[in-house]
Amino acid sequence: MEVPILKQGEFLIATIQAALSDADLEHLRLALVQRVVRFRSRAVIVDVTAMDVMDSFASRTLREIALMIRLRGAETVIVGIQPEVAFAMVQLGLTLEGVGTALDLEEGLAYLNQKFKNIN
Amino acid sequence: MAKRESPPRGAGSKEPNYPELPRNEAPPELLRELVAHLRQNRTHLREEWLRRISETRLLTAMTKEEIFAEATSVYDSYVEALETGTFEALQAYARNLSERIIPRGVETHEVIGIVLLLRDVLARSLFAKYQADSEKLNRILDAYEPAANRIANTVAVGFVQERERVIRQQQEAIRELSTPVLQVRERLLILPIIGVIDPQRARQLTEQLLRGIRTNRAKVVVIDITGVAAMDVTVANHLVQTVEASRLLGATVIVTGLSPEIAQTLVTIGVDLGKMNTVGDLQGGIEQAEKLLGYKVVPVSDPR
Amino acid sequence: MAVQVGEIRVPINSDQDIVLARQKGRSLAADAGFSAVDSTLIATAISELARNIVSYAKKGEIILQTLRESRRKGILIIASDNGPGIPDIRLALRDGFSTSGSLGLGLPGVRRLVDEFQIASAIGQGTVVKVTKWRQDQQEE
Repeated sequence: MEVPILKQGEFLIATIQAALSDADLEHLRLALVQRVVRFRSRAVIVDVTAMDVMDSFASRTLREIALMIRLRGAETVIVGIQPEVAFAMVQLGLTLEGVGTALDLEEGLAYLNQKFKNIN
Repeated sequence: MAKRESPPRGAGSKEPNYPELPRNEAPPELLRELVAHLRQNRTHLREEWLRRISETRLLTAMTKEEIFAEATSVYDSYVEALETGTFEALQAYARNLSERIIPRGVETHEVIGIVLLLRDVLARSLFAKYQADSEKLNRILDAYEPAANRIANTVAVGFVQERERVIRQQQEAIRELSTPVLQVRERLLILPIIGVIDPQRARQLTEQLLRGIRTNRAKVVVIDITGVAAMDVTVANHLVQTVEASRLLGATVIVTGLSPEIAQTLVTIGVDLGKMNTVGDLQGGIEQAEKLLGYKVVPVSDPR
Repeated sequence: MAVQVGEIRVPINSDQDIVLARQKGRSLAADAGFSAVDSTLIATAISELARNIVSYAKKGEIILQTLRESRRKGILIIASDNGPGIPDIRLALRDGFSTSGSLGLGLPGVRRLVDEFQIASAIGQGTVVKVTKWRQDQQEE
């Protein structure tokens, strides 16, 4: 299942659906890095609102995505983690350390705009 | 006939599990005779029972009329249980009765007391009736005693279970009340924690806070633990998890009122206090929160 | 002793089965009346256990059962495989409290998600992990 990636100005927005297989996540990683390079995006927002479970693989993959994207000079923000999912994640010890997080897409965009406004 | 879902006897089962009353021990005619006697003398025996209840000063929380009404129902259920040898109806009645009298302040010893009094009153009447024929008396008692004891047990257990349920409900309500998540400013939540936290309450706190962050779109949360005396390792871990989970929802957590003891506990479980956002007191925490949110309380700009 | 009511078996052969297993687990939990939070914990535990099977044993099975005790309902998850087995169970269960997920089986994490946890493993024979989660409060159904 292909994850839709939208270009919004200097940002890319990837919206994950539920029931994502490992292979789908791997594809996403590849696709995001390719596009960041192609469009010279400054940041990527990954919307996980529809993700009903975040396990160790998903968490690890998201961190790797953030790492690889940072190597291309861009920022990553994960948005839309549900309260129950966040609860399960911390029980499991998954903290998404090193990756930016925001409540939802709106907050994620606000955070990025603020950040880039300050830098400029 | 409804299938009963009672578990086989064994560890973990919380209900006493009695075998069905063996029917062959109580020849039907004997049982019929017993039940007939109890029904015929219903009025008289019930009066006797009520007299004994007031004598021993039980059920003082209830009025005479209420006791009379309940006594009648209990008596009839009692006789019915004896007659049918099945106890579901009695159990249901006991729960129902308990639901009504617990809010009135009736206590466990009172309920057990009155059921035992009824057992005695009925037993005495059997003695009186069959005293001439000791062999028959024995057989009648053989039929009566196991059933009477099982009835007493059923009613008592039903009452206790209902009481436990009510207590659990009340505890839940208290927990909810004592951990309010307060929205103080836009995007700022305060969670003042007071008293003893056990792991269950800690978990409930976390859930409430996370839902609160989502609902209020909070960006900063101040968790004040000034009112918490001590924290064991499990609860300390919950606190850390709460901080981490809040971050996943995009909120920054400031912990205020950290006592030296609790700080020590956190260090023991490997928390890097340097990484945790802590401020001495609630006031200071709110001020820092406001700074984070961009509110300028004092006209001194803080370039970030 | 709890009575088992119904059983769902999910063969685990690929990473797609991980998703299937946890979806079934979630719906089973919902049917049993678990809260949203607990359903997520259950689904997450299943995901991790199934993932271990795929990563280390290549194939195995997840069995899901609804349990009924006199006053509460629960869910039993049995994850079994005939893989290489775990050399040092004690090490695998040691709780460092921050599994970054990169190394190890994440078993301490799974243990935190559930109420009861049992594991048996033999080198060259395989591993069985049994976890149970009970519904929080139960008087009214």
